[in-house]
Amino acid sequence: MVSNEPVLQIENLTVAYRQDGTWLEAVRDVSMSIHAGETYGLVGESGSGKTTLALAVMRYLGKNGSIRSGQVFLSGRDLLALSLAEVRQVWGKQIALVPQNPGSALNPTMRIGEQLAESLRHHLGLDPAAARGLANEWFDRVGMADSERVADSYPHQISGGMQQRVLIALALSTDPHLLILDEPTTNLDVTTQAVILERVRELIQLQNTAVLYVTHNLGVVAQVCDRVAVLYAGELVEEASTADLFTQPFHPYTAGLIESVPRLGDTKEFVRLQSIQGSIPALGELPSGCVFRPRCPLAVEICETRPPFFATGVSRKSRCHRWEEILSGAVDPRQGELPGPHGPTSMLQHSASPPRPPEDRTVEANANLRIAALDVHFPVRRPLIDVIRRSPPRAVRAVNRVDLEIAPGQTLGLVGESGSGKTTLARAVMGLVPRTGGEIELLSAPLPERLSQRDLATLRRLQMVFQNPDQAFNPHITIGEALGRTLIRMLGIERSQVKTYVAGLLEAVRLNAEYAGRYPGQLSGGELQRVAIARAFAASPELVICDEPVSSLDVSVQAAILNLIHDLQRQHRNSLLLISHDLAVVGYLADVIAVVYLGHLMEVAPASKLFEPPYHPYTEALLSAIPDVDPTRRGKPIHLVGDIPRPTNIPTGCPFHTRCPRFLGKICVDETPPWQTTPRTKNRIFCHIPVSELAAMQT
Amino acid sequence: MFRYLFRRLSFLLLTVVLTSLMIFLVTQWLPGDVCRVVLGREVGEAALQSCRNELGLDQPLPIQYTAWLMDFLRGDWGTAFSTRLPIFPMIFERLRNSMLLTALTLAISIPAAVGLGVAAGLNANKPIDGAISVASLAVVGLPEFVTGLVLIQFFSFGLRELGLPGLPASSSIPSGAPFFQILPMLVLPAMTASLVLLAYIARLTRAGVVEELKQPYVRTAELKGLPRRTVVVKHVLRNAMLPTITVIAISFGWLISGLVVIENVFNYPGLGRLMLFAIDRRDLPLLQAVSMVTVLGYALANLAADLLYAALNPRVRLG
Repeated sequence: MVSNEPVLQIENLTVAYRQDGTWLEAVRDVSMSIHAGETYGLVGESGSGKTTLALAVMRYLGKNGSIRSGQVFLSGRDLLALSLAEVRQVWGKQIALVPQNPGSALNPTMRIGEQLAESLRHHLGLDPAAARGLANEWFDRVGMADSERVADSYPHQISGGMQQRVLIALALSTDPHLLILDEPTTNLDVTTQAVILERVRELIQLQNTAVLYVTHNLGVVAQVCDRVAVLYAGELVEEASTADLFTQPFHPYTAGLIESVPRLGDTKEFVRLQSIQGSIPALGELPSGCVFRPRCPLAVEICETRPPFFATGVSRKSRCHRWEEILSGAVDPRQGELPGPHGPTSMLQHSASPPRPPEDRTVEANANLRIAALDVHFPVRRPLIDVIRRSPPRAVRAVNRVDLEIAPGQTLGLVGESGSGKTTLARAVMGLVPRTGGEIELLSAPLPERLSQRDLATLRRLQMVFQNPDQAFNPHITIGEALGRTLIRMLGIERSQVKTYVAGLLEAVRLNAEYAGRYPGQLSGGELQRVAIARAFAASPELVICDEPVSSLDVSVQAAILNLIHDLQRQHRNSLLLISHDLAVVGYLADVIAVVYLGHLMEVAPASKLFEPPYHPYTEALLSAIPDVDPTRRGKPIHLVGDIPRPTNIPTGCPFHTRCPRFLGKICVDETPPWQTTPRTKNRIFCHIPVSELAAMQT
Repeated sequence: MFRYLFRRLSFLLLTVVLTSLMIFLVTQWLPGDVCRVVLGREVGEAALQSCRNELGLDQPLPIQYTAWLMDFLRGDWGTAFSTRLPIFPMIFERLRNSMLLTALTLAISIPAAVGLGVAAGLNANKPIDGAISVASLAVVGLPEFVTGLVLIQFFSFGLRELGLPGLPASSSIPSGAPFFQILPMLVLPAMTASLVLLAYIARLTRAGVVEELKQPYVRTAELKGLPRRTVVVKHVLRNAMLPTITVIAISFGWLISGLVVIENVFNYPGLGRLMLFAIDRRDLPLLQAVSMVTVLGYALANLAADLLYAALNPRVRLG
């Protein structure tokens, strides 16, 4: 299958961007080659230069970007020697790109069919009718049910998953030599991602395309790619076959990345996430010697003075001075987390203690938070004409009949895909949206519906950490002032004392006290999220709500934040409502997991038991869709048909019946399912299928 | 789409009713008794009373308003106090003149402005862009009577001095004159108005193009390998023009009734000068009628803009 001449060959490529009059090298001295039929993964965090590299290959860098040195060959042809007009011949026909954010990558005012057909007319010389026909054929091929209707739609009328299929069809329809996939599934739900990845895999196998797969998601790489290169701060630090890379990484950065991703079934009791300290350096402030040195647990003197070169003579590459020691097993690149730059973390002694045995914390008597039959519906504004026609009022039913309890010191994980109502639920608890029905109690006292009706004591008991830390702070107020305000208001700290307290808070989240004088814009995302966490925990609240606390952060930073949340919670013994779309994250931190779909709870289970059958058919599909970080476990995900229905139009009976792979028949359409409790694992499952039958089917 | 049209039409109706009410009330509250204005200072109280009675001015205001609005809708716009001529045909002729001027102005300015705007936007921050921006700013900064006079100097007197037939500097249009006879008289005022619009529309178009070029879908289109021209015309331009269309439609209303200065410079018999005339003579019925026509012009232009916008933008049309 693999022929001798590579489809893409990159030699010592250096790409720079011009910023304020100076050239910053975003990609430095990168070499790689990809053969026909091979899927080559390019892994890196934001700022690693992976998208720059992909665009440089296409020679599409924008006005301020330029290729400083190196060579790029496409099937032996020197791409950098081509004129701009010749490059246009290559675009679309020989190299095709599937971009991130399918929503904005399609022209909003042009019909979908035409967006594909115009390319077919141009590259294949088809007449309009033939181009339309072939476009529809391609829409079928990428798995769109009603291709005629899709072709006639505009981008905003179809879902994100559909939009991405359109872009995949567009890229593959000209049978390119090289396909570049740039984070193609990053903004999609896992179930959609699973379906799309499988479809792409089939199609590229059929066409024997060479694929450059750019992503930050290690699970996807493990599942899809044959070979992997790891990019860090613009340099290729390691390259190996997927199996080799995941079983024995040769570079400490790769090892750190792999270890910092929680795996399904990992729980805080048994596994502590390995985090990489610090964050990616800015391009203008690269360290001397090895770029990874300031964050590396294995750094020695030579790393500071001399940049490492690729090890030669082995079938794989590692840009590390100590790769031979790693190979011989003399040192372990996964060596534990080094103490932070500001000395050992004395405030958090728990983190150093050995893992505790799991204890059953689900049986504690008094719940910190009790949610009963909560409904949150948003009325949809009716146009006058509907009022005249007397059509019934419609509503977005974001949260429906939800019952939940969180015991003191317990973490409840709420998992669901986008549009499942999990954030609305959090906002209802916080008093940011009005309830339509139901009760919420905090410490056995009813919680007033609106934030403005709550007294200071209640506010102190209930705090929140938001998804985007950079939007959670006033950019014109220093970190110290922001934290100080919370302290003064919530704890009544004297002004003269504030400074000491702020320093203490910062230390608790492992930030240097001098951060108090900085503005939010001067902190990285991970550092800001630490401050947000410090603010939330400052007043020892009874309940902290974390809404996707790590989803906007780089993988290498995520683990440290998750560890931090865990440590602080243990210290304060408060309850935590953790909201995430990532089952592995929730599974790692939570004691109890609730799975939501369209605002309905589907399953509530002790975290350690969610990952063993029997489970709800939706949980089953979710679990199977998560790409495993272990390349030897390439499972076949369960495909959910169609898109998630709109919350204005929730299916009758069981809300999941329209997509359920274990659909029974009429009963699922007509009747609300019962809550069943599994005998051994004590999972509560919202399904018509008896748990014994579920167990039999799922083993 | 039907729903959208319904909404737009109800807004239009509301706008027209509200402004008609305002026009009615403002003219009511203006100082001075209409009948005194009409009949002069020296008449006796009896004559004034009978005049008020005749004009219905002794009726309560709501009744007066309804009667006035109904008459207006029926096309019975009354007689101008100042000229004692029926208002409807007078306005109708002026409106036709103004429409002709508007049409020619838009025909000159839109292609020129869009062309310049696209050229500037595609070459953003290059010398071409700078030249276009500076030139259009300079022109828009000058008052219309200055640009008008300069144009007259060049194209009327200047051409004549060269022995060529210059364009007419003054445009007293005989009523009922055929179009080809009027056309040369329209050229200079239309050019002056175009210069005002040009800079405005060109800058908006430039901004639209610059904004759209940053959008990821343009990258998709480029990386399809389509020729640059196709990318610009089919993808960029259509989206970039959306905000511009609204502005063009609003300028349509301004062209119909707001060209007071230009009409004066060129002595052009348009609606703007008629309004000025009505104000000058305190001719209330005429003023009311001109104002109503102006409001209708703006409202219809806006409706046209909304519909065009919806036609070009499926997100609005299909919700």
